[in-house]
Amino acid sequence: MTEQHAGHQPTRREVYDRARRRRSITIATISTVVVIGALLVLIPLTPGWEKVQQAFFDGDVFVDTLPILVEAFWVDVKILVWSTPPILIVALLVALARNTRSPALFPLRAFAVVYTDVLRGIPVILLVYLIGFGVPALGLSRTWANPLIWGSVTLVLSYSAYVAEVIRAGIDSVHESQRAGARSLGMTNHQTMQTVILPQAFRRIVPPMMNSFVSLQKDVALVSLIGPVEILRQAGIEKAKYANFTPYVAASLIFLAMTIPCTRLADWALARQRAKTGATAIS
Amino acid sequence: MRTSPALRRLVPAIAIGALVLAACGSDDDASSSSDAPAGTDASGGTGAASGDGDCAATIDDGVLTIATGEPAFYPWVIDDAPESGEGYESAVAFAVAAEMGYDADSVVWVRTTFDEAIQPGAKNFDLNLQQYTITPERQENIDFSLPYYTSNQAIVGLEGSAAEGATTIADLKAVKFGAQAGTTSLAFITDVIQPDQEPFVYDDNVGAKAALDANQIDAAVFDVPTAVYVSEFEIEGSSVIGQFPADAGGTTDSFGIVLEKDSPLTGCVDAAITAITDNGDLDALASEWLSDYESLPVITVD
Repeated sequence: MTEQHAGHQPTRREVYDRARRRRSITIATISTVVVIGALLVLIPLTPGWEKVQQAFFDGDVFVDTLPILVEAFWVDVKILVWSTPPILIVALLVALARNTRSPALFPLRAFAVVYTDVLRGIPVILLVYLIGFGVPALGLSRTWANPLIWGSVTLVLSYSAYVAEVIRAGIDSVHESQRAGARSLGMTNHQTMQTVILPQAFRRIVPPMMNSFVSLQKDVALVSLIGPVEILRQAGIEKAKYANFTPYVAASLIFLAMTIPCTRLADWALARQRAKTGATAIS
Repeated sequence: MRTSPALRRLVPAIAIGALVLAACGSDDDASSSSDAPAGTDASGGTGAASGDGDCAATIDDGVLTIATGEPAFYPWVIDDAPESGEGYESAVAFAVAAEMGYDADSVVWVRTTFDEAIQPGAKNFDLNLQQYTITPERQENIDFSLPYYTSNQAIVGLEGSAAEGATTIADLKAVKFGAQAGTTSLAFITDVIQPDQEPFVYDDNVGAKAALDANQIDAAVFDVPTAVYVSEFEIEGSSVIGQFPADAGGTTDSFGIVLEKDSPLTGCVDAAITAITDNGDLDALASEWLSDYESLPVITVD
């Protein structure tokens, strides 16, 4: 147990591990430098680089359009913020409906199956048109015909179907013995679900849920098809104004500024979960 | 050394990458250098209007490739068939081609989107016309010919619309507008009309029509010929509420033919358009294919 003391002689094992680690870091550094260096050197050597640079990376256009795009991005953020809670609620209800076991509730299960099958199967873009233009055309007042409302409703319908499947998968992943154990302790079906199954399921589905959330962040832009000017539409308008694609690059960067932190958060959640469940990462 | 396999695998990858890039480069050089000498005599491009451009410098020798939208819209192109020469832009294209020294048989039509017209790299067209408005910002990245048509903006609304009966811009402040993305019409709404509510924006006229039907907007703005067509044939129960004077708010909507930035053909096309403007051909085509819009009510800007 001499390893416990400070200033000990490293064991052969430790020396070996340290050497391995140093070697990994060196290789990673060299390969990164070589790849990035090659890209930086080789791409500008291509004959069309100057034109590509002008069309996609025009500094003046970037500076002119960035503030307008950031402002338009708030529309996306608003839609995202008010759509997410109903998505989670509806998805949970659909997943629970699908998980009911009483024979009397068969119609509910059937509805849940149809709901996920249909709404997940139709492209979001088509749903946006169908609901965004179709429902208000039935004769709604100007206030209720607002495309922001129906665009958001579309996102809730479509994404709740996706997320319901994620939640269902989470519920199914909890071993049947957990349910059996809870029931044998005298818990009702409801108590079993609420206190035993769902807590375990939710812990497992955090990463895939983050995945859906990042995907939703980008699909919010589809609401622009029925009128509201959000970032992607604004970028298209600026693109046409300048006859230059730089506004799309600027919009991409703004999206990344939101999605990358979300992705890192998802990674962190995943890592924490792995640590908790005791799985060891193999490098 | 156990590091070498990994590195050895990297080296060929980079080498292959470099080779591919180099190959692309030499390919381009070869084709562009072979174009110039071959093109000079093949096209017979010594037409009346050679101007200060090189009328023979087309992408395919002896052939003038002209692009339009997919689909191309009435009254600019009739029945989405630009080859027929029917419709204003189709007719203008053939007239310009003739001045440049290309007869109708030497004109090839292709279709592009707006984005394809402005993307960097080799183009698949010599000229592109689909109601592109000439603006200084766009001229930074593409070439425009001289204008072949100057259009006013006009408002289309359903009967009983909030825009009905408007005679000045002040009457339009409370109107909820819609327009097609990236058009001068949209810029006209935001810059000149400056309505109280932000306009809604659509991919095409169909979106604007659906939004009118869905009671999401009161009126939509188009260039005059499109507005007349849309109200007559596309949106049932709608009418052109009025048009704005040509120089309303200092924005004239002049359509130009798009060419690749610094295209050798630009001078030649300009000379052709000058020629058909001066001899009255362009006006004749306009009165043949576009209605007389003088009778539409005018909405004043002050």
